[in-house]
Amino acid sequence: MQASTDILDPLAIAEAWVGEGRRVAIATVIETWGSAPRPVGSHLVIDGAGNFEGSVSGGCVEGAVISEAADILDTGKPRILEFGVADETAWRVGLSCGGRIRVLVERIDG
Amino acid sequence: MDITTLQALNAARADRRAAVAFTDLATGQSHLCVEGERCPDEWVDAMASALRSGKAGIIVAAERSFFLNVYLPPPRILIVGAVHISQALARMAPIAGFDLTVVDPRTAFATAERFAGVELIAEWPEDVLKVRPFDRFTAMVAVTHDPKIDDEPIRAALASGCFYVGALGSRKTHASRVERLRRLGLTDDAIARVKAPIGLDIGAASPAEIAVAILAEIIEALRRRDIMHGSEERL
Repeated sequence: MQASTDILDPLAIAEAWVGEGRRVAIATVIETWGSAPRPVGSHLVIDGAGNFEGSVSGGCVEGAVISEAADILDTGKPRILEFGVADETAWRVGLSCGGRIRVLVERIDG
Repeated sequence: MDITTLQALNAARADRRAAVAFTDLATGQSHLCVEGERCPDEWVDAMASALRSGKAGIIVAAERSFFLNVYLPPPRILIVGAVHISQALARMAPIAGFDLTVVDPRTAFATAERFAGVELIAEWPEDVLKVRPFDRFTAMVAVTHDPKIDDEPIRAALASGCFYVGALGSRKTHASRVERLRRLGLTDDAIARVKAPIGLDIGAASPAEIAVAILAEIIEALRRRDIMHGSEERL
């Protein structure tokens, strides 16, 4: 629900990146439990070089999402990632505030 | 999501139109429904409720899980009249998530001192509307008490489908306003959309309390608004 005029608008950036011939993936928060840092519907966009804009967790798990995105950009297969304190990976890339989130990562296909 | 869907979504957002993206979680395939355009019948109800609440989430339809992402334009309030009520409303509206602009051609009222930190335009509403037309996600609040200033933006707001149109004045004042709006060519159905006396009936007395009543009425209109459908057979 961000203003489309926002210069940091991830979806506008994704479209511009595709226009520049970059490979682009979009990560979207599809479910949250507890006090997740970013609401359902939030977007993070990632290009083939690892550049990114937006956020799905305000910085907690972006690193992990970006490395998964590299794979998804190659295969084109969307994937749902889950992060949270109940998850073992939480100790490596956990959510600082203790919530749990599911993130859909998909490639923008031309 | 393919690039044409992303482009259509960004175009709808730039145009301040509401949209819902349906993503099949098994396949990753996305389908975009823009308010006012045709949407598959099985999704019409889910779309309407998503557009009202503004909440994204997962639904299950025909044993398939879909993620619905909702893209609503940020709602705006345009106040015609830089009066005491407007000073209070201008401070409350941003807290409730509304962008707000005050317009009043009377420079004695529209002073930067009385409206510090508020977007204030000391011009006639019809001139402001030429560069900034109304849309469905704008609420129009007319509070000058002066028909010369209020009537034209009321007419324009009704014609543009603004989700809320409210006008200050007693029942008697409003009765004569209704007559004038009829002479401007508005139908009775359109005129009936004007909220007058303005604000929810909570017994508000002070300007600040009236501002609360107006803001509550605006929120009700936004969250219970009629959703436009592209298909004629479903409403």
